[in-house]
Amino acid sequence: MCLGIPGRIVAITDETRMTALAEVSGVRREVNIACVLDRPIAALVGEWALIHVGFAMALIDADEAARTLDALRDLGEAQEALEAMAEGQKALEGGA
Amino acid sequence: MKYATEFRDPKAARALLARIAQVADAIGATREKPVHIMEICGGHTHAIFRFGLDKLVHEGVEFIHGPGCPVCVLPMSRVDECVEIAERPEVIFTTFGDAMRVPGTRKSLMQAKAEGADIRMVYSPLDALELARRNPGREVVFFGLGFETTTPSTALSIQQAARENLPNFSVFCNHITVPEPIRALLDDPHMVLDGFIGPGHVSMVIGTHPYDFIAQDYGKPIVVAGFEPLDLLQSVLMVLDQIHQRRAEVENQYARVVPEHGNPVSLAAIADVYERRPSFEWRGLGEIDASGLRIRAKYAAFDAEEKFGVGYAAGPRHVPEPEGCACGAVMTGRIRPTACPQFGQGCTPDMPLGALMVSSEGACAAYWQYGGARGREAAE
Ligand code: SF4
Repeated sequence: MCLGIPGRIVAITDETRMTALAEVSGVRREVNIACVLDRPIAALVGEWALIHVGFAMALIDADEAARTLDALRDLGEAQEALEAMAEGQKALEGGA
Repeated sequence: MKYATEFRDPKAARALLARIAQVADAIGATREKPVHIMEICGGHTHAIFRFGLDKLVHEGVEFIHGPGCPVCVLPMSRVDECVEIAERPEVIFTTFGDAMRVPGTRKSLMQAKAEGADIRMVYSPLDALELARRNPGREVVFFGLGFETTTPSTALSIQQAARENLPNFSVFCNHITVPEPIRALLDDPHMVLDGFIGPGHVSMVIGTHPYDFIAQDYGKPIVVAGFEPLDLLQSVLMVLDQIHQRRAEVENQYARVVPEHGNPVSLAAIADVYERRPSFEWRGLGEIDASGLRIRAKYAAFDAEEKFGVGYAAGPRHVPEPEGCACGAVMTGRIRPTACPQFGQGCTPDMPLGALMVSSEGACAAYWQYGGARGREAAE
C-alpha cells in the first residue's frame, strides 16, 4: 500500500477532475494527476509517474520506472498492486 | 553469499557491502556491540528481509524495525470502530485490502464481511468516490489510513467530493504521521538507536526538513532511502559514514524522487483538509502527541466520525492488546518477532493475533515468510 507503482500516463480523461488513464504493467486504470500537474495537462501524456493508491505522486524517468518495477516484482508488490486494482474494479461493479 | 547473486548488479552490491564492512570495523562495531540502525518504513523492512540484507551486511550492523507499517500500528479499537460503521445497513464500507484481516476485539473486517456487512476492498479512494456517485441511496465510507504517502489521496478525494456535493461520501480518517513516533522513540530511555533509514515515499510528500530535529536535537544521522536493495545498502553506508565522521545530518539518497521541500500540491491539500489531533493512539506505542490527523470542521460533512458518532468523536476508547501478545515490544524494536511467545503458536499469517503478522510490511510476517525454517524453528 505504501510503495508506489510506476505507470505511464496514456490519456487525459477528465480535465476538471484532473484524472488520466495510466498504464501499469499492461493494465489501464484511471488515476488522479493533480500532484504532478506542473505543466499544461495534455503535456503529461507519455510521462511516467509513481502511482500511489490511484494518485500520481511524482514524475520519474523511464529508466527509474523500469528499475522500480523490477524491484517491486522481486518484492511481490507489483502483483499485489495489480490485484488491488482488479479488486477495486470488482467493487465498483457491485460485488459486495 | 546466497542472496547477492539475485541482485541486478551483484558487483555494485559486493562493493557496497565491502565498504560497509570497512566503515563498521573502523567504528568498532561488532556482533556484541552493534550499531543500531532503524529502518522506519515497513516497505524497507520487507525489502531488507526479501533480499537478506540483514544477513549480508557486516555483523556489527543491526537493523531495528521501526513503526512504519500503518496497518501494524492500528489499535484494535480502530478496527472495532470500522466494524461498527460497516455493520450499519446503509453503509458500503470501502478499505484497502491490507486492513481486512487485522483482528479487532470482536472480529476483523474480513469476518464482518463474511457475516454480511457490505465491505468492499478498493485500490484507491477514487473507487470509493465512484461508488458514492453510483449509489446515491447508500452511505459510502472510505477507511483512510496510512502515513503521509496516502494522506494526500484522501485529502484530494474529500476536496473532490465537496466540489461535486456528494453528500453520501465520507472518510473514516486514521491518518498518522512519521516524525512524531520517531521523536517518541528517541525520548524512550530504553531505546538504543544510532541512526535512521528514512522513508522514501513519505518523504516524497513531506520533503526532508521534517526530520531536521533528529539530527539537530538528538544528534542522530538519518538518510532518506529508496527501496531497491542497492538504495538500502548505499543508505546504510551513508549512515555509517556519518557516525564514523561524527556528523549528524539529514541526507537524501533518494533525491531522484524526493524533493527537499516535498510535493507542494499534496502538502496544500493536506493542510486544507486536515488538522492535527491533540494525540492519537498507536498499537504498541500508546498515545502520541500530535501524531494523528482529523478532518477540519469545514469538511465535517465528509467526516465519518462526525456522521456516525464513532472514533475520537465518541471519546477515547482504549482496548488492551490480546493476552501474551508482544506486538508493542516488537513494534518498538525491543524484541525480535521470534521472541514473542505467540509467534508461530497462537499467531500465524493464517490465524493472526496481531497486525504485524497480517501485513506484508509487518516484521512478524516478514520473519515468518523469509526467516524460513530458522524463523519457524525458533518458534518451536
Ligand atoms: S507474533 Fe503475533 S502476537 Fe506476537 S508480536 Fe507478532 S503479531 Fe504480535
